Amino acid sequence: MNTLKNALETSKFIITAESGPPKGTDVNEMIHCVSLLKGKVDAVNVTDNQSSVMRLGSLGASKLILDQGLDPIYQLTCRDRNRLAIQSDLLSAWVLGIRNVLALTGDHPQAGDHKQAKPVFDIESVQLLQVINTLNRGTDMNGNQLKGKTAFVTGATVTPEADPIEPQLLKFEKKVKAGAQFFQTQAVYDTKKMEEFMKTARQFQVKIIAGILLLKSAKMARFLNKFVPGIRVTEDLINELEKSEKPLETGIQIAARQINELRSICDGVHIMAIGMEDKVPMILERSGI
Amino acid sequence: MIITKQKPFQEILKSLEGETNIFLVGCSVCADECQTGGECATKELIETLKAEGKNVTGFAVINSPCHVLVTKKDLKPHREFIDKSDSILVTACGAGAQSVSEVIEKPVRPAVDTLFLGNVERHGHFYEHCSMCGECVIAFTDGICPITNCAKGLLNGPCGGMNKGKCEISTEDRPVDCAWVLIYERLKKLNHLDKFKNIQPAKNYSKHLKPDRLILERKK
Ligand code: SF4
Ligand code: SF4
Repeated sequence: MNTLKNALETSKFIITAESGPPKGTDVNEMIHCVSLLKGKVDAVNVTDNQSSVMRLGSLGASKLILDQGLDPIYQLTCRDRNRLAIQSDLLSAWVLGIRNVLALTGDHPQAGDHKQAKPVFDIESVQLLQVINTLNRGTDMNGNQLKGKTAFVTGATVTPEADPIEPQLLKFEKKVKAGAQFFQTQAVYDTKKMEEFMKTARQFQVKIIAGILLLKSAKMARFLNKFVPGIRVTEDLINELEKSEKPLETGIQIAARQINELRSICDGVHIMAIGMEDKVPMILERSGI
Repeated sequence: MIITKQKPFQEILKSLEGETNIFLVGCSVCADECQTGGECATKELIETLKAEGKNVTGFAVINSPCHVLVTKKDLKPHREFIDKSDSILVTACGAGAQSVSEVIEKPVRPAVDTLFLGNVERHGHFYEHCSMCGECVIAFTDGICPITNCAKGLLNGPCGGMNKGKCEISTEDRPVDCAWVLIYERLKKLNHLDKFKNIQPAKNYSKHLKPDRLILERKK
């Protein structure tokens, strides 16, 4: 089941997709969408209370995905748990069979549906990467011996189009130093920008998986540009969507085209279809991968 | 300076429910600067209370009511009026309010919300830059506090929420710069970008245990 680990160890072009747990206990749709990805992706990311909206937890959902025969990437943020809970959840994940963790700081609670919550951020993404690697070596973050260690594959995120970019690149280097083996990027729409970023990334022994966010309409593209940090949908793409009679179809086409272009630039793609997970197989098919 | 803001009057009134005779205690230092607890603001509040049918038995504006002994001494001459009161309404910060509850056996009601330790940028403009974390780390940023100025208190650089130099929680009405962009710029200007590259360890929160205390040893 360690399909991600295997893919990282070879020169295979890595394909991952994102799955968002539901708000509630009805997991039928999530499981249905995930089952469509079987055999088509190397791993499935499971978001952790994404955008600070309270949902089914990423640990439980990762286990369900594992039971479906797919390799989950357990996304773990520092927003809701202190260092005790984080380490303890990591041990739980390991014994449940989860093998990949994506270390994230997490959105601020102000973004979500429980704005009154106390933001935790006891540790943050760089330190979390170190903590995971400490558990992998057999001790907790205070050096106490573990009875049975973990061997997680650790990932992190980076925003290739952050503005300004310099502090983001410095943080990227820190994440590499802290032990990140692979990176999944914020959505990129300008492959030139991705090429630019890869010049920095290629100095390090890490795999870069580029983010592909399915565009459903010109309106959505403009919304992303306005409100989502680090995302810049180019004017050309917005025009293409605007002129289209079937914008979703066009969005799928754009995603497929981007995947194809990125093949020669980075090590893989991470497809975020937000609510349209069932379209992922079609995107992959059209990309010719 | 400790920054305070007057509570909505209806909330103050609710906390005084069933209490007619009220004594007020203000502060001529921080709360005066914040226009919440100086003589002027305290007198204004007294008028509003009277209009609501409250009987104000008296008031005292103390020079730093956070100082327990000063509070005790300054309230002594008002003893007679305090004894006749149902409760004490305090227009100073939470520390001031608790000096009062330490020296007077009457119910204490806060008239203000205590917000933060603030810098006064100019008259009436207060900004939080230090949250008194117990172990100051601003040497590695050349003087900008990431614990307080970053909405998440991050120690190793900007999060993915940074947008054109602004913080993830920034809005049009409440613009907030990303502390990590400010730190980056400062370190760059001062030729210390190497400091940015060092991974900062997780913070030791046991350095500030609530309720904290500090007792200086007497010099011989
Ligand atoms: S690190 Fe920040 S919060 Fe802590 S003492 Fe220094 S300035 Fe204050
Ligand atoms: S945007 Fe900058 S200041 Fe705001 S939480 Fe992220 S790193 Fe901190």
